[in-house]
Amino acid sequence: MRDVRLIERDFDPSREMAQFSAAHDAAGGIVSFLGQVRREAGDAAVDMLELRHFGPLTVPGMEALADRALAHWPLAGVMALHRVGQMRPGDAIVLVACAARHRRDAFAAADFLMDHLKSRAWFWKREHTAAGWRWIEPRDEDRADLARWAHIP
Amino acid sequence: MLTLLFLGRLEDVAGGPERHVDVAAPVTLSQICAQFDADLAAQISDPTTKIALNGVIVAGDDWRAGDGDELAFLPPVSGG
Repeated sequence: MRDVRLIERDFDPSREMAQFSAAHDAAGGIVSFLGQVRREAGDAAVDMLELRHFGPLTVPGMEALADRALAHWPLAGVMALHRVGQMRPGDAIVLVACAARHRRDAFAAADFLMDHLKSRAWFWKREHTAAGWRWIEPRDEDRADLARWAHIP
Repeated sequence: MLTLLFLGRLEDVAGGPERHVDVAAPVTLSQICAQFDADLAAQISDPTTKIALNGVIVAGDDWRAGDGDELAFLPPVSGG
């Protein structure tokens, strides 16, 4: 089962997880990752984060990514939810969950999904501090994270 | 009318997320860039900027964009 969604309003990760685990009550384990808006950028306090996407590419790209995970690991299900729009510190940005018979497959698939959502998915992010809006540029660490998965078809 | 979309930081460079230009015939990337100021033209032509024509990524310069098309300029993503 694949559940990939863009979410335009604040969402409740615990409710989503309850539904996902109910849908996969036969799975031996579920690994999830919740990303939240950070409160600081360097020394500056962040009061708002905005995520933009590009309609024709963002969701199809996330679906293709989930399909790659499903094809590589023996998973019962994958969920990938991603916020767009304006968020406050502490708000949920991304929720990934993988259900599998064995935990290692679920851990690896969730790690794979997050590395790609962070550095490959079609999202642009800017944060607002006392100094104004600033677009966030890709980091070398993100590219290094991605290189870990080069062997996954 | 050709629609140009500027994603991410390109929005700031272009002075807005969207522009509309009249084109008599389909145009190339260099013909489009000729209408931009030097900074925007340089960032649009940078190899790290991907281009989507009507929602599909195009590579190289063997494409033309004409009346009714949508051309999106996608700078490197900053992830989720």
